[in-house]
Amino acid sequence: MKRYLTLEDGTVYEGQAFGGSSTSAGELVFTTGMTGYQETMTDDSYAGQLVIFTNPLLGNYGVSLADNEDLEPACAGVICRQLARVTDSWRASESLDSFMQRHNLPGISGIDTRELTQKLRTKGSMRALITDEVLPAEKLPAELIQDQIASFAAVKNQQRPYRIPGSGFTIVVVDFGAKQSILRELIKRDCNLVVVPSSSTAEQILSFAPDGVLLSNGPGDPQNYPDALPMIQKIQEKTVIFGICLGHQLFARANGAQTFKMKFGHRGFNHPVQEVATGETRFTSQNHGYAVDAASLDQTLLTKTYVELNDQTVEGLRHKKFPAASVQFHPDASPGPHDSVAVFDDFIAMITAQQEEKYAQKK
Amino acid sequence: MPKRNDIHKILVLGSGPIIIGQAAEFDYSGTQACLALREEGYEVVLVNSNPATIMTDHEIADQVYLEPLTADVVTKIIRQEAPDALLPTLGGQVALNLAVALAENGILEEMDVKLLGTGLKSIAQAEDREKFKQLMLDLGEPVPASQTVNTVDQALNFAEETGYPVIVRPAYTMGGTGGGICQSQADLARIVKNGLELSPVNQCLIEQSIAGMREVEFEVMRDAADNALVVCSMENFDPVGIHTGDSIVFAPTQTLSDREYQMLRDCALKLIRALKIEGGCNVQLAMSATSMDYYVIEVNPRVSRSSALASKATGYPIAKMAAKIAVGLNLTEIKNPVTKTTYAEFEPALDYVVAKIPRWPFDKFPQADRQVKTQMKATGEVMALGRNAEEALSKAVQSLEISTHDLYLPKAHALNDELLAKNLIHATDERLFYLAEALRRGWTLDDVAELTKINRYFLDIVLHLIELEKTAQEHPFESQALKEAKYYGLSDETLARLWETEPQKVRAFRTEQKILPAYKMVDTCAAEFAADTPYFYSTYGEHNESRPSAKSSVLVIGSGPIRIGQGVEFDYATVHCVKAIQSAGYEAIVMNSNPETVSTDFSISDKLYFEPLTAEKVLDVIELEQPLGVILQFGGQTAINLADTLAKNGVQILGTDLDSLNRAENRDEFDQVIKQLKLRQPDGKIALNAKEAADGANELGYPVLVRPSYVLGGRAMQIVNNDEELQNYLEQNLAEVGNKPILVDQYLQGRECEVDALCDGQNVLLPGIMEHIERAGIHSGDSMAVYPPQHLSAAVKAEIVEITQKLAVALHCIGIMNIQFIIAAEKVYVLEVNPRASRTVPFLSKITGLEMAQVATRIILGQSLQEQGLKAGLLPEPSKKFVKAPVFSFSKLDDSDSFLGPEMKSTGEVMGSDERYSNALLKAFMGAGFSLPANGSILLTISDSDKPAVTEIAHRFARIGYRLYATAGTAQLLAKANLPTTTVTKVGEKAAASKESKIIDLISSEKVDLVINTMGNDQAQNSDGFLIRQTAIRHNVLLLTSLDTVSALLLALEGQFLTTTPL
Repeated sequence: MKRYLTLEDGTVYEGQAFGGSSTSAGELVFTTGMTGYQETMTDDSYAGQLVIFTNPLLGNYGVSLADNEDLEPACAGVICRQLARVTDSWRASESLDSFMQRHNLPGISGIDTRELTQKLRTKGSMRALITDEVLPAEKLPAELIQDQIASFAAVKNQQRPYRIPGSGFTIVVVDFGAKQSILRELIKRDCNLVVVPSSSTAEQILSFAPDGVLLSNGPGDPQNYPDALPMIQKIQEKTVIFGICLGHQLFARANGAQTFKMKFGHRGFNHPVQEVATGETRFTSQNHGYAVDAASLDQTLLTKTYVELNDQTVEGLRHKKFPAASVQFHPDASPGPHDSVAVFDDFIAMITAQQEEKYAQKK
Repeated sequence: MPKRNDIHKILVLGSGPIIIGQAAEFDYSGTQACLALREEGYEVVLVNSNPATIMTDHEIADQVYLEPLTADVVTKIIRQEAPDALLPTLGGQVALNLAVALAENGILEEMDVKLLGTGLKSIAQAEDREKFKQLMLDLGEPVPASQTVNTVDQALNFAEETGYPVIVRPAYTMGGTGGGICQSQADLARIVKNGLELSPVNQCLIEQSIAGMREVEFEVMRDAADNALVVCSMENFDPVGIHTGDSIVFAPTQTLSDREYQMLRDCALKLIRALKIEGGCNVQLAMSATSMDYYVIEVNPRVSRSSALASKATGYPIAKMAAKIAVGLNLTEIKNPVTKTTYAEFEPALDYVVAKIPRWPFDKFPQADRQVKTQMKATGEVMALGRNAEEALSKAVQSLEISTHDLYLPKAHALNDELLAKNLIHATDERLFYLAEALRRGWTLDDVAELTKINRYFLDIVLHLIELEKTAQEHPFESQALKEAKYYGLSDETLARLWETEPQKVRAFRTEQKILPAYKMVDTCAAEFAADTPYFYSTYGEHNESRPSAKSSVLVIGSGPIRIGQGVEFDYATVHCVKAIQSAGYEAIVMNSNPETVSTDFSISDKLYFEPLTAEKVLDVIELEQPLGVILQFGGQTAINLADTLAKNGVQILGTDLDSLNRAENRDEFDQVIKQLKLRQPDGKIALNAKEAADGANELGYPVLVRPSYVLGGRAMQIVNNDEELQNYLEQNLAEVGNKPILVDQYLQGRECEVDALCDGQNVLLPGIMEHIERAGIHSGDSMAVYPPQHLSAAVKAEIVEITQKLAVALHCIGIMNIQFIIAAEKVYVLEVNPRASRTVPFLSKITGLEMAQVATRIILGQSLQEQGLKAGLLPEPSKKFVKAPVFSFSKLDDSDSFLGPEMKSTGEVMGSDERYSNALLKAFMGAGFSLPANGSILLTISDSDKPAVTEIAHRFARIGYRLYATAGTAQLLAKANLPTTTVTKVGEKAAASKESKIIDLISSEKVDLVINTMGNDQAQNSDGFLIRQTAIRHNVLLLTSLDTVSALLLALEGQFLTTTPL
């Protein structure tokens, strides 16, 4: 069956339908990762986005539910050049097509994804619509994307706090759309987790007596989370804070830095990130369309800890006064390289150091 | 780290002659490395014995030594040049082994030469099986259960414990030489014994078999600051058990989920860090198809064939980066040469699929065992890129230049089910076609997966292509079916077969329907960053990114995969052609399909199209680019074969035109020219069937030389002595010959020589005459040759020059051509003309300093010899002597016959040069691996026709101090001449136990250093001769099959060891 992708500039691409059958609108973004389509689709940060996979093949190893980053796909649609006809992976429980059908996630294949990527690279990110019939561009619902992210945020706000028991430090994870892999890395480090909705206040969070607070990744513009800023400002005075992705941007904003929308963002696994202190470079998994404005850091108490080697994007921050830090990339990988997973150890080390200091002060 | 300032002069080691397992990829890596070092301001001294390479050009290194790659020779060069540093990690296994030898002999320490790149300790840790296994255990990385053995018994005991099958891997051999999978005790005993002999340290690793698992490779890089990255991941279509060089390979990995991929990536990076690799490295892993288990197979601590493939597959120049890392630069400070804005610390993202298929030499060795196992047998490979896996695979098949354009092979179609299944289980070079046949017969993916252990995802690529063929067949000349077929890579040739029409008609219909290719750029980053890499591949149904340049351009067709008869020499000529086009002010566009070569380095030309070298693809590029014309003379027979179709489509063929090409290649027309010019040539007949061939042969008188017209490297060419042999020949080769005529020529026993001629239509320049050392009958590519000639009279030389001038002008040669002559009784006969650059172009260019391919290109572009400041005639001959010796890869090809004849069998060549002829010979022999002891012994098994000459040869060996062994007849002859000879029993004399008769034992026990066996032509004796040759090759005993070569060797040895004679 034919399916169409209509861009806000009026361009229409014709392709073949797969996955779910709903009409879908969203911000068109591309990712250059060559594996991990399932993790990408179920990463909540992609909520409201139509994801172009530059790798020409999708579905080649099927879907294994263990690889989900959330229970359901988060992105609004999937665009690829070709869907594999056959999957032969012992890990796969179903085909990608069937998974997307189950979750009513529309896909379109047979698209010149390279040309589309070049368009986004030169013109910047755009809104687009996936439909089963040709739609004139003016019918593209402008507010739909924002609505999707807003409704996604509303869901995250309504969820009840839940606990993942562990024997180590108590960490409150503020869930803006947290990837399972972040929780997994903390569980690996024996943490006792309390996952709270993104609307939680500082008081509510502190009521769990956390040893540390993790601000998770999530979708959209950090400006859309004004309530998070006072929460962060209060918490960082009380306990250790660590932000990832959106959490990083919110941490920066809470401390007076500015964020901006990037031309087409960083989405992929091959972004080299250099640690300022050591000069060491690691490959990181990235997924962000907004970034912290480096120039705006001057008036703050934040210092850069990591930068992207090629375009010098701010990839990590540390607070000069409080035990608080953040990274723009995904140290939890999934999908992507594991090179920076030690960032979680740094978080734990920060907590340990803080505890020792408190203990010393008490003494 | 900034680059090192404590070193200025760097010695780079090349990889020597091309053999199976070590091909053009090291010319590519070595060339890149030298250029990178010079770019950083270092002085580069290069040693390589292979004259056919680009790296041995003066433009590539400051000093070039075309000398044997032995420790002794390189030690001398080190003393002479006093380099500050040595870079051995870009010249393959040869250079690594040589570096180890140089470290051991103390010269590096003595001359304070620093070793650049990965250290020797790391190299030993990666290459020594025991040390490597220990490292893996220390790192907690899984390796198959294994044991290093020095005896056959140890191997048998190990296998007893772990169970069969087990894999044998001899230590320090390249391309898996001597290795194999063993299913039984008998197999194991045989293979281990051989492996121990081939290993320079008499060591083999016996390993639990993990055959059937998915085979994954990572090309990784690391710098001294511990930055490490994966350039490219690759997954073999063929599961573990088949050498990766013999496997069909896809990039990026196709069946791995992110979890599996990242787990293996972690492992690869852990290994490269633990080994402290500084530069490029290849990691091979086996991934279970049923669990998260994986095993480390091996690590190559250097650039390799796989890294050349990875470089071309991604656009990331590994060797160049490795050279920069070797002089201290870090990946975080080197700019990515593709984007020029990002850094080399970058993992390429692909937005296309790459398929590689090996090219095997079995067309040359009909007797050889075609099974592909753990020992590599391919001579070269092709790569193709597509926007889907079907397209990539389909284009790769088209690039192979074999008898088919797709997955249909009549031979596979003819098999019954049982044999078909057998061919699926025991993989041969043709398994892909058998797979296709099985799926065509309706066998399910499960059936085929069961037999082959190939992942169903991969098998479905094949199935999909077959379904597309079927759909296309059912809808002839229908736009939608055609569109879909092209989208998945089917060729016009295939559609023509399915539609029972001409490719030309498919093309016309396709053009009319506007179903045209689009070209996409290879940019390392999946379009994330702007790039202006002039590197493209074709696909269908998409937006075209390749914009023809406003400047006038010329298209150069490369020579495709490396195969016997068409080696790296043609790439050399192609690259020089490009240089000349550029310096003449045009843009040079290159098309080629071979990932190993310099010509497919996108920085060499103005634009590179990585495409199959088929008429369809070439016409497509021409239609887009609208070049001034196309140059075919440097791409070997591959390019010449396109001339007809291109010309018919109105393409301007620059240089010698189609009519003139045909006059040289078409026997009838050529005979006319010879007659008109009143030249001599061996009498010949053209036969269209067996009867005509027999009549012709009898008229000419036996022996005659028979061959199909339009052949490459003497394929299917044979000397036959009687009607019976002729009939045998025709039966064996009729399929090959097809409907092309058969040529039957009088066979002249004489001295052979050849010339390359540069001609502008009026004047002819001959850079030199090459005299063959073996007499006519041995293919020129397999002959040793010397320049300047040592045995030609001034009159003969003058006649050769005169004939060449006449022929070149008469054939309207514009550019370059090659002529082969036979000199019999001081008379010069013309043997054949090749209206294109030949194998000897790089050899003579290097010696004479005349860049022949560049001169020819300038002629082709319209500049006469005179305008180039060049005089007609033969260049003055130097006093120095230059010898070319062929190098063979018989030990890699079980059951191939090593007897030399009109069919070319060598894979590479070396040069030896010296003021004295005997020393030049000696160096050539050394370069080719012929190192003989001062006191050795030889075994003579001589055909009756050679017996008259044997006494003198034996005498000369005896005078050096060699012991003689011979079979009865020869021994009697030698006894008569008072030469003490030990008689050995012939193969046939104990019919009951023929394989274990004495002569075989003697060779097997390696009591002789050299076997001379000339029993090839005589059919009756040939089976014995074959067995003797096979035994010598299996046991790594030196072997010669022509007494002319033996005489040359004696000349060299006499100079080396001196002789003793009574007063």
